[in-house]
Amino acid sequence: MSAVPATGAEIHNAAPAAGTPDAELAHKCLYYMLLMREVEDRIERKLYRQGKVVGGVYVGRGQEAIPVGSALVSQADDVLFPSHRDMAVFFIRGVSVRRVLAQYMGRVDGVTRGRDGNMHMGDMSVGVVSLISALAATVPVAAGAALAMRYKGINGVAFSYFGDGATSRGDWHEGVNFASVQKLPVVFICNNNQYAYSTPLHLQMACTNVADRGPAYNMPAEIVDGNDVLAVYQATVRAAAYARSGSGPYLLECKTFRMTGHSAHDMAQYVPKELFEEWGKLDPIVRLEKRMIDQSWAAQGEIDALHAAIAREVDDAVAWAEQSPFPDPATLLDGVYESQ
Amino acid sequence: MSTTYLEAIREGLWEEMERDPTVFCIGEDIGEYGGAFKVTAGLLERFGARRVVDTPISEAAIVGASIGAGLMGLRPVAEMQFADFISCGFDQIVNFAAKCRYRWNAGVPIVIRSPSGGGIHGGPFHSQNPEMWFVRTPGLKVVCPATAYDAKGLIKSAIRDNDPVLFFEHKGLYRKIKEDLPTEEYTVPIGKAKVAREGRDLSIITYGAMVWTALEAAEILAAEGCSVEVVDLRTLVPLDRETICASVRKTSKALLLHEDTRTGGMAGELAATIAENVFEFLDGPIVRVTAPDTPVPYSPPLEEAFLPNAEKVVEKARWLFRY
Repeated sequence: MSAVPATGAEIHNAAPAAGTPDAELAHKCLYYMLLMREVEDRIERKLYRQGKVVGGVYVGRGQEAIPVGSALVSQADDVLFPSHRDMAVFFIRGVSVRRVLAQYMGRVDGVTRGRDGNMHMGDMSVGVVSLISALAATVPVAAGAALAMRYKGINGVAFSYFGDGATSRGDWHEGVNFASVQKLPVVFICNNNQYAYSTPLHLQMACTNVADRGPAYNMPAEIVDGNDVLAVYQATVRAAAYARSGSGPYLLECKTFRMTGHSAHDMAQYVPKELFEEWGKLDPIVRLEKRMIDQSWAAQGEIDALHAAIAREVDDAVAWAEQSPFPDPATLLDGVYESQ
Repeated sequence: MSTTYLEAIREGLWEEMERDPTVFCIGEDIGEYGGAFKVTAGLLERFGARRVVDTPISEAAIVGASIGAGLMGLRPVAEMQFADFISCGFDQIVNFAAKCRYRWNAGVPIVIRSPSGGGIHGGPFHSQNPEMWFVRTPGLKVVCPATAYDAKGLIKSAIRDNDPVLFFEHKGLYRKIKEDLPTEEYTVPIGKAKVAREGRDLSIITYGAMVWTALEAAEILAAEGCSVEVVDLRTLVPLDRETICASVRKTSKALLLHEDTRTGGMAGELAATIAENVFEFLDGPIVRVTAPDTPVPYSPPLEEAFLPNAEKVVEKARWLFRY
């Protein structure tokens, strides 16, 4: 189960993932991918441009298969540590679209009540821990959550998400090493979208694949087609079963491509245009829809109806979030400590 | 039987681990070896490897894993082998642990124990007093006990606290001081200073090992007719401004003392607190005695010149007394 070097083309030309996932799973995957795409499009292309979302906006366009395929494997007791291109994790864990939009708009009904913005949110009641801006900082924290689950006799798994760039940080290596030494139940999920801000992979790491880092930690590592949601799902099933069995952590490298700049203000002129064209053909939503029709899991009409239903759901959530008040400046000092 | 400062901390850890099954220790060499200073000696035998977790040399992982465990409802007590190494876990402390509650209402009930301070010829990387890095980070509590009694009572309170607590143990005090501790259980509240010696003419406001330096200076000054009050802050965050101001109202003169370096040291915040609140009670300038703005030097004559001592305090106090 050591790393198998592969190019993006090799991965995408490979045979479809083994096993026959049922139509129900495909429908679920499509729903969450479409929902994430629609919410992020609305944020980046409407609300941000209208000045209703301020600050930084980072989206996971074209990378939706990674949070969706993996988080759908999570069980109630599991704890997830999404990174900034993993919005669907929140929806899958039960955080409403309304509250996520209120979060982006800095409203009091947002997940952090206006204390933080964008994907910087968490809610322990649904097992989701907030990231911080220093990427990979959540990696040792995920190891600690896994340690706590074992300590408490909970058979849970920590899902630790990060990008290719985060694997260059010391926190990543310290967290992965500690998890491996302690054989902790962690699934490490890398969204390798090939750019960390403007830095391409070859300036990020000397190895070919993030998965190549696995053997150094005696950790199984698998390369996954990150634009095939069912492949991500199946790989996560394997990884979570391994971690849950007490065998230790497992690394999934999901190869994908960042179809945007780093953030809404970044035009990504440093990315060769042909890469956008090549990867645009591999859009995970388009691929799943085609597969669903080919396999007779859905009719085109059903898929069209789903698109329309999601647009309405997001319309409603935007309206709700806009009605939510801004936080009262009188609350500025509250909550630094449990008791002030 | 007298208990040393070090044994007092161990007793506090031991009692809390007996009392609460969610309390566990995590750090480098803390298990079989018992920690670099032996604070955790015996804990592994009593509580097992599940609750006394030896880690790789990874301060970010020690703090990060503590945060993760804390979010999951456990109460980890992390040990930094020396306070100097806390910088390796800095981001986890100031950006992760400190901001969780404010940002997303998630309590992080962790304690980070750090042996700090000089006087043991440890040189630039085994002698520092890094408390101010954390004092100025909202969301963290900072505790610096001076006595065995307080060390035990405060480590117990720190473990029970629902926010991250930085617990600085002065390594020079570990085996140097001892006292009889109560046989019955007790805690010392975080955020309450203590008047370590009552006086009329001048207040020395300090914390940690410098409390003993202040008391030594007060004894010398008493023989000269200067009655010194010594305020032991015990906790830097939250800061007990009431006790500080009450002492200055009484004596009208303030000498601020710490082992940490001068610029940006705690004395600056204390001076501002006094100036803002009890300026009209002052009969003289606010005076600081601190280490100079240098790294902690190794060679004994240099380290001696670096560290504040009773002689330096007496000299400044005499000047202020006569002002």
